[in-house]
Amino acid sequence: MSTIERELLDRAELEEAVRDRDREISELKARLAEWEEVYDSVPKRDAVFSTVSGREVRPLYTELDRGGGADALGFPGSYPFTRGPYTSMYRTRLWTMRQFAGFATAEETNARYKYLLEHGQTGLSVAFDFPTLMGFDSDHARSLGEVGVCGVAISSLADMEQLFDGIPLDQVSVSMTINGPAIILFCFYVAAAEKQGVDPKVLRGTVQNDILKEYQAQHAWVFPPEPALRCIVDMFEWCSEHTPKYNPISISGYHIREAGATAAEELAFTLRNGFEYVERGIARGLDVDAFAPRLSFFFDIHNDFFEEIAKLRAARRIWARGMKERYGAKNPDSWRLRTHCQTAGVTLTAQQPENNIVRVAYQAMAAALGGTQSLHTNSMDETLSLPTEKAVRIALRSQQILAYESGVANTIDPLAGSYFVERLTDDLERDALDLFEEIDALGGVVPGIEQGWFQQRIAASAMRQQREVESGDRVVVGVNHFLEGSEKLEIETLRIDAAIEKRQVKKMAEMRAGRDDAAVQATLAALRDACATEENVVPRILDCARAYCTLYEIRAAMEEIFGAYKEPVFF
Amino acid sequence: MSEDRKIRILVAKPGLDGHDRGAKVIASAFRDAGFEVIYTGLHQTPEMIVSAAVQEDVDVVAMSVLSGAHMTLFPRVKELLDEAGADHVLLTGGGIIPEEDMAALEAQGIGRLFGPGTTTTAAIDYVNEWFASRPSV
Amino acid sequence: MTDTAGPLPRHESLLARFREGKPIALARAISMVEDERPGFQEFLHTVMASGPAARRVGFTGPPGAGKSSLVAAAATAYRASQEHVGVVAVDPTSPYSGGALLGDRIRMNDLATDPGIFIRSMATRGSLGGLATTTKEVVDLMDAFGFDRVLVETVGVGQTELEITAAADSVVVVLVPESGDAIQAMKAGLMEIADIFVVNKADRPGAPRLVRELRQALHLRAGSAMKDIPAHHGVDLGQAMKRERTTDAPPPRAGGWEIPVLTTNALTNEGLDELLETIQRHRNWLEESGTLTERRRERAAVRIRDVVDRELRRVAWASEGSRELLEVGVDRISRGKGTPYSAAEQILSALLR
Repeated sequence: MSTIERELLDRAELEEAVRDRDREISELKARLAEWEEVYDSVPKRDAVFSTVSGREVRPLYTELDRGGGADALGFPGSYPFTRGPYTSMYRTRLWTMRQFAGFATAEETNARYKYLLEHGQTGLSVAFDFPTLMGFDSDHARSLGEVGVCGVAISSLADMEQLFDGIPLDQVSVSMTINGPAIILFCFYVAAAEKQGVDPKVLRGTVQNDILKEYQAQHAWVFPPEPALRCIVDMFEWCSEHTPKYNPISISGYHIREAGATAAEELAFTLRNGFEYVERGIARGLDVDAFAPRLSFFFDIHNDFFEEIAKLRAARRIWARGMKERYGAKNPDSWRLRTHCQTAGVTLTAQQPENNIVRVAYQAMAAALGGTQSLHTNSMDETLSLPTEKAVRIALRSQQILAYESGVANTIDPLAGSYFVERLTDDLERDALDLFEEIDALGGVVPGIEQGWFQQRIAASAMRQQREVESGDRVVVGVNHFLEGSEKLEIETLRIDAAIEKRQVKKMAEMRAGRDDAAVQATLAALRDACATEENVVPRILDCARAYCTLYEIRAAMEEIFGAYKEPVFF
Repeated sequence: MSEDRKIRILVAKPGLDGHDRGAKVIASAFRDAGFEVIYTGLHQTPEMIVSAAVQEDVDVVAMSVLSGAHMTLFPRVKELLDEAGADHVLLTGGGIIPEEDMAALEAQGIGRLFGPGTTTTAAIDYVNEWFASRPSV
Repeated sequence: MTDTAGPLPRHESLLARFREGKPIALARAISMVEDERPGFQEFLHTVMASGPAARRVGFTGPPGAGKSSLVAAAATAYRASQEHVGVVAVDPTSPYSGGALLGDRIRMNDLATDPGIFIRSMATRGSLGGLATTTKEVVDLMDAFGFDRVLVETVGVGQTELEITAAADSVVVVLVPESGDAIQAMKAGLMEIADIFVVNKADRPGAPRLVRELRQALHLRAGSAMKDIPAHHGVDLGQAMKRERTTDAPPPRAGGWEIPVLTTNALTNEGLDELLETIQRHRNWLEESGTLTERRRERAAVRIRDVVDRELRRVAWASEGSRELLEVGVDRISRGKGTPYSAAEQILSALLR
């Protein structure tokens, strides 16, 4: 057969295939129309068919909803990572079961950590009390009544040493949830590891250190935006050289979501914040591939099962595309979005608390199907106070049952190809890109923060959700519907002993008495100098930490140079 | 609203906790219900709250406390209000507060408190009822 | 009411505590005045007897201009010189719910426990302008209470901005680059009331342009844009252009006060010192030129008219006869007989008989 004949034949086959395909689609459309006719003629439940974000959900999705081709989907472990950041995902290693914990004193937290490690937890997560989160020492006047109440009080290296006493920091990965004064606590951690004889190069873990979302949502700031961003880039620089296995930031959507944002807003604001940090690093002159691989993420897992799965898939795709195409990163590790997830605290109810076990189970499943790298599951009694041991154990067991009994971890990204899930993924990506444009129009993230744009959007979404619940349009079982069984239940809630504050104050007095005052003053002075110039502040803070300067002393020294942040308020 | 005048309410976030979703939702809801709401912002000390309450001559002070420090914060604000001669002011609020603590605080003269899952309507109704039934000042 | 008339008996103890300088008494007096409770006029009359003493500065401008931050910065600076400061911050009442969200205190959190500062938030309560109808009276109360300075911050929606001149001696109009161009300011009537213009957030793009436009608009208003250019055949264009370009020179204005256009950045306090100096300069000019007395006369006239109008309205509608005649009039009109004018005449004749 001549080439031309062969070509003609191929072409004919091709045209035939196209005609076949067209026929298939017309048939599909016709059958869909038939189905719709029947569907329209039958009564419907009186309910709101939308996700909790307000996204309308159609009754049926079909092949006609499939958007972008195979390259939008890709394969797990390769660009654009829609199906997962790693090639073998849970077939090689399950997600890390990392339960957030911390309360009262370093000793008690230390005991809880040992308990969790014994019970199969594979990484430690530190929750700090409010004074620490805001950069105040336990014995500061502003800390009154709040020491150790919501987390562990860490006012100096001494406390950090006690926190990890007997816990080998070269073997256990530690995640610290702290933002405003994060750089200081990070240095306490590195210095504590030093005292154990551990080389920083082997340290594994994360410090949240995501200040942009603080201005937008959680409000645990210390310094104003520019100096805060400078400190973060200092950490990128220092960590890429000295702690290459450590994640110096966990770019978070959790708090944004909990403050009231929708799934699309959570997705867009988080990723845009992430890109902002990347831009700052590049502006510093860092090679993007030197620090981007260590950027990690933290998302909320809310109630709408499929929306949350799609959100994680869309997140990976958006990040990969941005890093590769916009920022020119070459290392696939820079394109790869890795995330920790936490089930949504805001969905827990105080009424009929055992229901929360079920909510958390479904949310955890969504996280696994979405491909999370690590997961914290909330305890059922957390609406009332810090969780009891039993509740925490159940939360951990939820993950273990999910991982070992449900089968969802047997295959990678099992929902790929689902018409609904792929459509949702595409829609969320598009919504996020639209929001990026709006943010750019404002001049960027920091101008957006100054103008209160993020805060206003979040507050508006929060108000809408509140109205939906109060009007009954959105059912919350046990709260606005199915109220039987809401009698008082004996949930043993955890009480923080008020004497803890006194003990902490006493401990601090003893520490202050025992340290070298000259070293304290000298290291603080050197730190101030570094803040006023372009010198990387991390080594200076480490010196302060080793001299047992307290958290507040270090923060105050930095604030002298950086100034304090004044909150603008927007509704 | 009885007495046909505007009810003034101070919404405050005491302590170091910055989670203000609840406080903002409550402030907006009260505004939508016809109240004049003075919102203090975050990181208020008891002294700041009472100073504002006195200057604004509010009828109600509502505090949002999620951090567990309610057993210290509510009594301290009540104490300062009384000292300042503003003992006619209703001190109420909400957040993460176990029921036994709510009862203990009520016994100290603090108003009803609202836990998670409370509707804004319930809070508004409570304040309206309190206002209507309080002895004339 | 005689010049020396006192308050209603029930307010005597309030008056005593007010005179002792107790903040809670001021707060309660403000509420009484704000709600127009019985006896509020007698109370005001009593405390205002000694005449105004405080230096009153009004801040107005569109929402988002950063007025609160400027007021807070100014108040802080005045406190640093040991002055006692009263602040009235006005925010709009929602026309739908009748409620209001008053958030200006937030900018002044640093001053929250300073006993030398008193901050009061007010809602407009249906009043159309940037002030509540009783804001001027609340300012009078603060003056009478003994503050050295009273700062008033309004909503600045622009319709009846003239209200602020009745409450303050010096009016600062705060604009931001986002708030549109100078033409908008002119339309909003802000040109008529401003003693000082401030372009806040001066680091934003568009700030220099706004400053230029404002200065040009002020020149034009003063009719002085071409004033310094000599007759055409003697013209020295270089000189003339140099004068036009010297935007630092304030435009001339008949009467002597040259309205300056200042720039500030409320977050960094840049330009604040200059603003305070300018306010002081304006104050000095007011006193030296006799304009302060003029303004106080105008203010008194406005206030007398306000009170008379208010009383007349109250008296007119308090009478049951008026209300009945109103009903009659409405009925007739709906039956196609008579007009609002004939109905009004009926009511007025009945009242004035």
